[in-house]
Amino acid sequence: MKHYDVAILGAGPAGLAAARVATGTVVLIDDNPQPGGQIWRGAPQIPVPAHVDFLPQTKVFDAQPGFTLQTVPHGPIRAAKLILATGARELFFPFPGWTEPNVFGAGGLQALVKSGKPIQNQRVLIAGSGPLLLAVAATLKKAGANIVGIAEQAPLGRIVPFLLRYPAKLPQAIALRASLLGVPYWTNTWVTRFSNGTATLNNGRTLNIDHLATGFGLVPNTEIAQLLGCRLDDGFVVVDSHGQTTVPGVYCAGEPTGIGGLDKALAEGAGQPYNGAFVRDLAQAFALNPALYDLAEPATLICRCETVTKAECQPYREWRDAKLQTRCGMGACQGRLCGPITQRLFGWTPSSVRPPLVPVPARYLATAQTPPAPESGRSENAPPAHR
Amino acid sequence: MTDVVIVGAGIVGAACAYELAQAGATVELLDPNIPGSGATAAGMGHLVDLDDDLSRYSVNLWHQLAPQLPKQAEFWNCGTLWIAANDAEMEEARRKPGVELLDAKQLYEAEPHLRPGLAGGAVAKGDAVVYAPVATRWLLEQAKAKVTRRAVTSLDEIQAGAVICATGAMTAKLLPELPIRPRKGHLAITDRYPGLVQHQLVELGYMTSAQGESNESVAFNVQPRPTGQLLIGSSRQYNVETTEIDPPILDRMLTRAFELLPVLRDCNVIRTWTGFRASTPDKIPLIGHLRGNLYLATGHEGLGVTTSLGTAKILAAEILRRPSPLPPAPYRPERFQT
Ligand SMILES: Cc1cc2nc3c(=O)[nH]c(=O)nc-3n(C[C@H](O)[C@H](O)[C@H](O)COP(=O)(O)OP(=O)(O)OC[C@H]3O[C@@H](n4cnc5c(N)ncnc54)[C@H](O)[C@@H]3O)c2cc1C
Ligand SMILES: Cc1cc2nc3c(=O)[nH]c(=O)nc-3n(C[C@H](O)[C@H](O)[C@H](O)COP(=O)(O)OP(=O)(O)OC[C@H]3O[C@@H](n4cnc5c(N)ncnc54)[C@H](O)[C@@H]3O)c2cc1C
Repeated sequence: MKHYDVAILGAGPAGLAAARVATGTVVLIDDNPQPGGQIWRGAPQIPVPAHVDFLPQTKVFDAQPGFTLQTVPHGPIRAAKLILATGARELFFPFPGWTEPNVFGAGGLQALVKSGKPIQNQRVLIAGSGPLLLAVAATLKKAGANIVGIAEQAPLGRIVPFLLRYPAKLPQAIALRASLLGVPYWTNTWVTRFSNGTATLNNGRTLNIDHLATGFGLVPNTEIAQLLGCRLDDGFVVVDSHGQTTVPGVYCAGEPTGIGGLDKALAEGAGQPYNGAFVRDLAQAFALNPALYDLAEPATLICRCETVTKAECQPYREWRDAKLQTRCGMGACQGRLCGPITQRLFGWTPSSVRPPLVPVPARYLATAQTPPAPESGRSENAPPAHR
Repeated sequence: MTDVVIVGAGIVGAACAYELAQAGATVELLDPNIPGSGATAAGMGHLVDLDDDLSRYSVNLWHQLAPQLPKQAEFWNCGTLWIAANDAEMEEARRKPGVELLDAKQLYEAEPHLRPGLAGGAVAKGDAVVYAPVATRWLLEQAKAKVTRRAVTSLDEIQAGAVICATGAMTAKLLPELPIRPRKGHLAITDRYPGLVQHQLVELGYMTSAQGESNESVAFNVQPRPTGQLLIGSSRQYNVETTEIDPPILDRMLTRAFELLPVLRDCNVIRTWTGFRASTPDKIPLIGHLRGNLYLATGHEGLGVTTSLGTAKILAAEILRRPSPLPPAPYRPERFQT
């Protein structure tokens, strides 16, 4: 088994900033083919330092005290110190039509376009909440998409005071807006239904579009911190002024400590604390309107993996009960998608995290104690799983 | 006063509630947890005839109930294929009553992914699988039983015509004089691979693991789910009370599974978990009167989903003073009283 002084999990801005200052033997692990994380996507503005072993396309599915990271395809990796820079994932929110094929996660569509998906002259509506919508719109517009509008559910009356409180962010916001000249930005607006290429807005307007990109905010990836027993507060990893979690030797930087974007990720990755008020104010400015919670209809899917509808979930007061009776959250994603949804819709507490964090070939679980025999890594002899 | 109070709303308590309600009794269940969320949610739900009266009778009862069960109970008559690795095990297979014997060629026709070099097998066509948490809730609904979320601390305080203790692996906490020990098991479930496996696959050596007293053992036991997923078992451990996955035992259990079904090595596992069986020294459940108004329906080891229905029939007959469908003596609690 390989031993390192430091293992950094996640090669986004936070992880790369941490790699730059890390000393001793260092390994940087990420499940994507290239470094950069969500925002830089393969074009990182901080290169992977020469002294760092970079393991791309590597999934961490378990973490044990001491510390041992269980990975696919490299098996177990040991490190004296861990830096968790695991970023965030998008919050999907159910409304009638959200599971139709041309509905995308905003960040997901952005990533597809960055990796070459043609979008030229296609009519795209971007809907949801938060600054990410503007970033996505800018990427898509640059790639030639016809952005018919950006529907932001938050009211203007909450966004403007937020921007005025953080004048340092203004130039960034203005530049983004300028790149989106001619694209309408509707506040207090959301999609109530999508069907056969027609999106209906809450003000009654209908729009004919090719793609609907939705993003309702970000959910921090805190699963590894949870496995290691780090304390969470309101869903975020608690860290001290040095970025250390409540477990000695485990540090955390970037989105898992509070959704704050690039500047926060860079600062925390470099070991500097970031202004906590910004994180709170950002969350408040773009807090979801409870009206969104009523959009899903009885037949709307809540759990996509196991095709469980809202009506099937509604009789249950606890996730465990619903899970046992309806299979909600029992599928391949293990509630990563529907957990944050059911928490908001039904007030269910997400179930505890356990390994494997992601689906892994069984042979990796049978070598948890002993390193796996060297293999090509990709000998997937099993037929492809069927969804 | 309620006629019958049942402590523990697992599948055994639920089956007793169903049976007694059919006879006209009003039934209440007490359980601090969600019905069916104990061993009942952790187990495999394999309905298996192990060549004894109670399991054979119970599998028949499941077949009678099956047409009424909701679709989500996923009752599936997939049969059990007992695998014989060598000639000695093939002899053992021949001694099993009511099975269809397979030679090596027929074995690989039935299950092409098994490792080469096996001697043959025996198919028990009557065996099936069921998704036990849904069956539990259905039994409770049919019984129109009241379920109260409450942990019982003393069985003697409960006012009722009859009190049934159906607390599974936790029974010794309430009745320390009973020889019931928790026996931990691990399971893993894969993503969907429809058609990869057709029968519940069990090695003949499974019975040695289940009925032996070894502190730690594993045996090959793989179940195809109606979803196309594969449920991989099984392990048995005494003297562990924590629910955490134990990596070395998971390792042993999976390694054994790969030995017989190599294709599993590359199948994606999406979840692993553990559960506790209620183990008695003779591996036979405790069914019947204990003292005063107190009755037992516990100690079902790794077979309680199967034997829940038979257990309920035997116990209801005793409480209602009706003729018992099976001779009740082997299950009586007094066999452990000195
Ligand atoms: C889909 C999406 C698109 C976004 N687009 C933008 C944008 O255009 N502009 C913007 O300003 N902000 C964007 N954001 C916000 C983004 O979170 C932050 O701006 C910034 O990228 C945060 O940096 P980070 O280092 O904390 O996390 P990330 O950049 O998210 O990096 C974390 C990395 O860790 C990896 N990882 C996580 N868990 C594991 C594991 N178990 N095993 C292996 N690797 C793992 C992830 O794959 C990822 O590469 C986006 C967020 C998302 C979710
Ligand atoms: C890994 C594994 C695999 C298995 N595979 C199979 C199989 O394939 N086929 C099969 O037939 N069987 C199988 N079993 C066995 C089967 O699951 C159990 O025998 C059966 O579920 C027992 O049901 P029960 O109702 O007795 O126990 P449980 O389901 O555990 O129910 C007991 C209930 O009592 C409650 N309780 C406990 N203490 C108190 C108290 N003080 N007050 C109130 N309530 C209390 C608990 O909360 C619980 O809900 C397996 C078991 C395991 C662990």
